[in-house]
Amino acid sequence: LGKKEIDEELLDELEELFVTSDIGVSTTMKIIDDLRNDVSRKILKNPQQLKNALKQKLTEILDIDNELVKTDDKPYVILVTGVNGAGKTTSIAKLAKMFKENGMSVMLAAGDTFRAAAIEQLEIWGERAGVPVVKQKAGSDSAAVVYDAVLSAKSKKIDVVIADTAGRLHTKDNLMNELKKISRVVKKEMPDAPHEVLLVLDATSGQNAVAQAKTFGTEIGVTGVILTKLDGTAKGGVIVGIVDEMQLPVKFIGFGESMDDLKPFDAGEFVEALFESADETDYS
Amino acid sequence: MFNTLNEKLQSVFKKMRGEARITEDNIKEAIRQVKMAMLEADVNYKVVKKFISGVQEKALGEEVLKSLSADQVFIKIVNDELTSILGGEDPSASKITLSSTPPTIIMLVGLQGSGKTTTAGKLAKHFQKNDKRVLMVADDIYRPAAIDQLEVLGKQLGVDVYSDKDNKNAVDIAQKSYEYAKKSAKDIVIIDTAGRLHVNNELMDELFNIKKAVSPDEILFVADAMTGQDAVNVATKFNNDLDISGVILTKLDGDARGGAALSIREVTGKPLKYVGVGEKLDAFEPFYPDRMASRILGM
Ligand SMILES: Nc1nc2c(ncn2[C@@H]2O[C@H](COP(=O)(O)OP(=O)(O)OP(=O)(O)O)[C@@H](O)[C@H]2O)c(=O)[nH]1
Ligand SMILES: Nc1nc2c(ncn2[C@@H]2O[C@H](COP(=O)(O)OP(=O)(O)OP(=O)(O)O)[C@@H](O)[C@H]2O)c(=O)[nH]1
Ligand SMILES: [K+]
Ligand SMILES: [Mg+2]
Ligand SMILES: [Mg+2]
Repeated sequence: LGKKEIDEELLDELEELFVTSDIGVSTTMKIIDDLRNDVSRKILKNPQQLKNALKQKLTEILDIDNELVKTDDKPYVILVTGVNGAGKTTSIAKLAKMFKENGMSVMLAAGDTFRAAAIEQLEIWGERAGVPVVKQKAGSDSAAVVYDAVLSAKSKKIDVVIADTAGRLHTKDNLMNELKKISRVVKKEMPDAPHEVLLVLDATSGQNAVAQAKTFGTEIGVTGVILTKLDGTAKGGVIVGIVDEMQLPVKFIGFGESMDDLKPFDAGEFVEALFESADETDYS
Repeated sequence: MFNTLNEKLQSVFKKMRGEARITEDNIKEAIRQVKMAMLEADVNYKVVKKFISGVQEKALGEEVLKSLSADQVFIKIVNDELTSILGGEDPSASKITLSSTPPTIIMLVGLQGSGKTTTAGKLAKHFQKNDKRVLMVADDIYRPAAIDQLEVLGKQLGVDVYSDKDNKNAVDIAQKSYEYAKKSAKDIVIIDTAGRLHVNNELMDELFNIKKAVSPDEILFVADAMTGQDAVNVATKFNNDLDISGVILTKLDGDARGGAALSIREVTGKPLKYVGVGEKLDAFEPFYPDRMASRILGM
């Protein structure tokens, strides 16, 4: 992008940068076509202006309200969902640590009763974070585990319950129904719970994440996204189209395997990182 | 609105009907449609460009436009080319080579959460069905409960698992598991390694040292079918560091188009061997290049 003039070649380079960041062809075309107009109307005169305009446009798209939903309810219930291996359980450990550091008490619910040693995995994280884990045995009803945790947290006056769920592809109706059931059962005890339904998306994933967001979004009312694995070379650009189309905010990002590797999403920082990739990750 | 690539191409070719040959000019729109379809399927940008120019070359001069089903002839050119790149020409390359001096050692590597541990269980079941004596090795010393996870799978299958929770050296564990496998006359050893980023040099070195210690017959790169554009960077690095012998693509039971299959194949030149189509241990199939080609094209 170190050119003097804006020409088709430069626009092609931008297209490549965007598509290779997983922004997706249609979203990319939409953004670049907009800019092409501004270029022909001489609003954007040189590559630097173009680049700044692009950054600004992307930041505007991504910078929507991403505060956690507020309530006076206690406990505050967070349901964590997503496809297999996206980083749900690890993100829960990170959230637990974050809430604890903010002076809140936390309880985890071992709602993944399906995957081998999923309960043990959460228990180890619970131990490391110093928070209790409510569990039943493998194969038991996930909704029952989460319900138990909410009851137990209520009686113990715990501030936050974070429920783990088994990974599931959004195309599996029976598994999506199981998630709805968790939500339904929790509502019996607390009508406004779960207060947050967080969808964990892997930054390495491509366009399928759009389908994930749409289906999880409509089926169980996702309130926000945790974008994980940003510590790799993938840029997580798929989130641009998701936020743009669905107005679904990214609430947190994950950037590593330890409990400290989570922070609130920052649109400006994310956009800067998108543009960095141009020089850094050139495979040939 | 035209939804599938098929429909889009039909409409493109309808407009061209009557022209005698495919020329660079009249094929432009059809090529663009294929390009879009492949990008939507997450095939890497550069890989798409290269593929497209190959297809264009093949199609140019073909007398397909006179025929009533020009779109079908064109689709066939695209489809055949894609199938052939994905491994159509040599299906035997997609088998796992068993060593003439057992045990055959298979090492699974890949990014975090791609499906290595589950795939270890699936491979174990696959070989177990063929009356092989299998050992799974719990060589992920980092992820919480990774060892438990493999042990649960071993118990489910009735397959022996080598583990050592007190050993914090993955190379040493692999070495000792190999000795154990020889002593207990195993036919197959499947080493489950920890997920890692290709840019983590320390952990990539660990894999290299495991490889050096036990000389695996197969090093299989386990990749998630939902992977996007970055698949080329990851696969290139794993292949450069470890000279992988093949690829297993997981989570194909969803609706991901799986363009990563083409990207990985293209940058590594290594065969795709199996696919994962579910969480259960029998949800495991051989890789079929033709099915994958149709899936990527959205047909
Ligand atoms: N590099 C990196 N790895 C991560 C991150 N978050 C999670 N992981 C790793 O990804 C793998 C899967 O993480 P889990 O938390 O088990 O994912 P999950 O979504 O709970 O998986 P299932 O329950 O099996 O669906 C583990 O190896 C984690 O250490 C991240 O932000 N960066
Ligand atoms: N739907 C589906 N899920 C799969 C498939 N293969 C693995 N999984 C799931 O993907 C998630 C991650 O699988 P693991 O086997 O733990 O992945 P891994 O590569 O060992 O993960 P790390 O050790 O953390 O790097 C689990 O929830 C598995 O059940 C598949 O083919 N289809
Ligand atoms: K990154
Ligand atoms: Mg989990
Ligand atoms: Mg594993």
